Amino acid sequence: MSSSAEAHVANGEKSPQFHVAHHFPTADIQFNSGKMGIWLFLVTEILLFGGMFCSFAIFRSWYLGGFVEAHHHLDRVMGGINTIVLICSSLTMALAVRAAQTTNKKAVTVLLGLTLAFAATFLVIKYFEYSHKFHDGLLPGIHFTATGFQEPREAGIFFAIYFMMTGIHGFHVLAGMGLITWILIRNLKGQFSSRYYAPVEGVGLYWHLVDLIWIYLFPLLYLVG
Amino acid sequence: MSQTATVDHVVAPDSGKGAVDYIRNGKGIVSWLTTIDHKRIGLMYLGSVVLAFLVGGLFALAVRLELLTPSRTIMSAAGYNQAYTLHGAVMVFLFIIPSIPASLGNFLIPIMVGAKDVAFPKLNLFSLYIFWIGALITLSSLVLGGIDTGWTFYVPYSSRVSTTAVVNVTLGAFIMGFSSILTGLNFIVTMHKLRAPGMSWYRMPLLCWALYATSLVQIVATPVLGITLLLLIFERAFQIGIFDPALGGDPVLFQHFFWFYSHPAVYIMILPGFGIISELIAVHSRRKVFGYKAIAFSSVAIALIGFLVWGHHMFVSGQSELAGTIFSFLTFIVAIPSGIKVFNWTSTLWGGSIKLDTPMLYALVFLILFTIGGLTGVFLGMLGVDLHLHDTYFVVAHFHYVMVGGTAVAFFGGLFHWWPKMTGKMYSEKGGAVSAILVFIGFNMTFFTQFFLGSRGMPRRYYNYLDQFQPLHAFSTVGSWVLGAGFALGIVTLLVSLKNGKQAPANPWGGLSLEWQTASPPITENFESTPVVTHGAYDYPLAQGQKEHA
Repeated sequence: MSSSAEAHVANGEKSPQFHVAHHFPTADIQFNSGKMGIWLFLVTEILLFGGMFCSFAIFRSWYLGGFVEAHHHLDRVMGGINTIVLICSSLTMALAVRAAQTTNKKAVTVLLGLTLAFAATFLVIKYFEYSHKFHDGLLPGIHFTATGFQEPREAGIFFAIYFMMTGIHGFHVLAGMGLITWILIRNLKGQFSSRYYAPVEGVGLYWHLVDLIWIYLFPLLYLVG
Repeated sequence: MSQTATVDHVVAPDSGKGAVDYIRNGKGIVSWLTTIDHKRIGLMYLGSVVLAFLVGGLFALAVRLELLTPSRTIMSAAGYNQAYTLHGAVMVFLFIIPSIPASLGNFLIPIMVGAKDVAFPKLNLFSLYIFWIGALITLSSLVLGGIDTGWTFYVPYSSRVSTTAVVNVTLGAFIMGFSSILTGLNFIVTMHKLRAPGMSWYRMPLLCWALYATSLVQIVATPVLGITLLLLIFERAFQIGIFDPALGGDPVLFQHFFWFYSHPAVYIMILPGFGIISELIAVHSRRKVFGYKAIAFSSVAIALIGFLVWGHHMFVSGQSELAGTIFSFLTFIVAIPSGIKVFNWTSTLWGGSIKLDTPMLYALVFLILFTIGGLTGVFLGMLGVDLHLHDTYFVVAHFHYVMVGGTAVAFFGGLFHWWPKMTGKMYSEKGGAVSAILVFIGFNMTFFTQFFLGSRGMPRRYYNYLDQFQPLHAFSTVGSWVLGAGFALGIVTLLVSLKNGKQAPANPWGGLSLEWQTASPPITENFESTPVVTHGAYDYPLAQGQKEHA
């Protein structure tokens, strides 16, 4: 990628150069290919989580009593705050994509920074939730040591699913933060403009999916009694 | 801007004129390891999967040798469990799944649709590295305790009981899954976005259609295997209780998850073979494919229906009778598009100028073996019959007819067909023909006997067996040597050609699809100029006395 961001096009507007790879006939085809690739990748993410949603549904129908009992031990306030935090991050991400499309470099920087901050807030809250669960012995399978449960074995399975789903989701948040940092740096180098913003849009799509999965996780794990 | 030319006018550049071919363009191992050229990546995959095929093949020969006598022949019972598990795991995850798509597919798809490369060349190289890393982790089990669960990793044996290196193999398979997903993603986008001017969907070679369908399955099914293996690894490492019945988990859930991937994965394995056979039969009989659209859409139909039949692996698992009945019915349905293909291939041969060279011989071997494999699959899809044959050698014979007689034979046929294109060398026809015949004879000796063994009650995966089964087992073992010799001869024939082979012309078989319209081996950019396609991949002129398909 050329770093000659100062190059000016004929109309005087700042338009950084970008690279159309040798095997793409036009920049449009390159952009559409990238977008299609991202969407196909999101399909695989949904199926990955689909397996866990499926096991949640099965075990919840088997062990309804145990699951209801166990879910009372999740912190709805923290989970609720995290939901709001992620929804806000989706908004700032969407606005960042729009800002990139309109060649507003400064706004992109601020909005991506905000998105990163929201994502970090989410993980910090998650950390407190996890340490609370660890402290109380609310852990998967044979590690479940909390007392006072009518169905400790069923609660163990609930927490197995809880930790698998929120853990893998948390890993996706972490990966998303890495990706956002990457486009943030590229934006600071002035590589995006109304003519080239594909990476911002791609990362944005991924980030919305990560949020969307949480939107399903929160009510299923925390709220449904 | 790219110049345009019709396919008929794109002449193969002579060596020396124009750009240098892709093999000579860049020297040294670093230029290969950092290449983003789909052809070089395809060749590296080819080397890797052939190596895996040899490793898996050695395990197969060891298993067959052990079964020569009813009691101990060469290894202990524990060693035997490891040998057949490693045979299965290596053959499935390191050989068959990546075999045709990642090697021949990588090499051919961009050329066949008239593109310079796949849509995401760096991702393509990344996929290869993921594959290597996953393969190494899987193979690390060889020195770290082996694995004895069977390639299906059924719980709770794999999660609690087995003391072998289950985590290495499953983690390796998990990682290789990403390679499979990303390769499929790359192919789909390539076919959607990078077709050359005039290359409509219905002008694409049928291999492209087959690999498109394969890619769909890779993208949709593989993530489910990913999460299944991840849950299994956590189950084994931390006893989290999802699959282990002792902790309240559900082992049948594991089977559902596993086969939700692994049955569609069967189509990841065989669909590319279908694609190759369509090419071989059309080109080597110089005949327009009979029922192009029927073959193209039957690939897609198999990919879609293939998602709905996984329960036929679980007729005896305790799933409900209603579920069993539905899965049985759907299994019959998925046989129909495969049948459509076989009839269309046969009709293509009808009235064609058949040349019995090596690729055609392999194609004919495929037709016979796959038909047997497919039909016996229908037997097994019947609820009542399956209760008798479940987990017997009948099943072993059935899926080897499809996987070896189908996929591996198609892979070798395709390798012989495109070898001149990939390497620029012609191989010895004699060596190729003898290898095809040896494979046919050896394969049937090895596996046709196993239909008898299975229907008489010989269970699969057993170390010892009743004395009465020994003649059939011994015959099968001798067959495995013939089969091994056939495949080995095929590989040797190809390797020898690298040194002694004559320079291949651009179009040794008179094919019409785009890969034959460029040099052998092709230049890095594939074509001197972007081709403009004016006809379908199989619009052969009628020879004297030939009739158009009715």
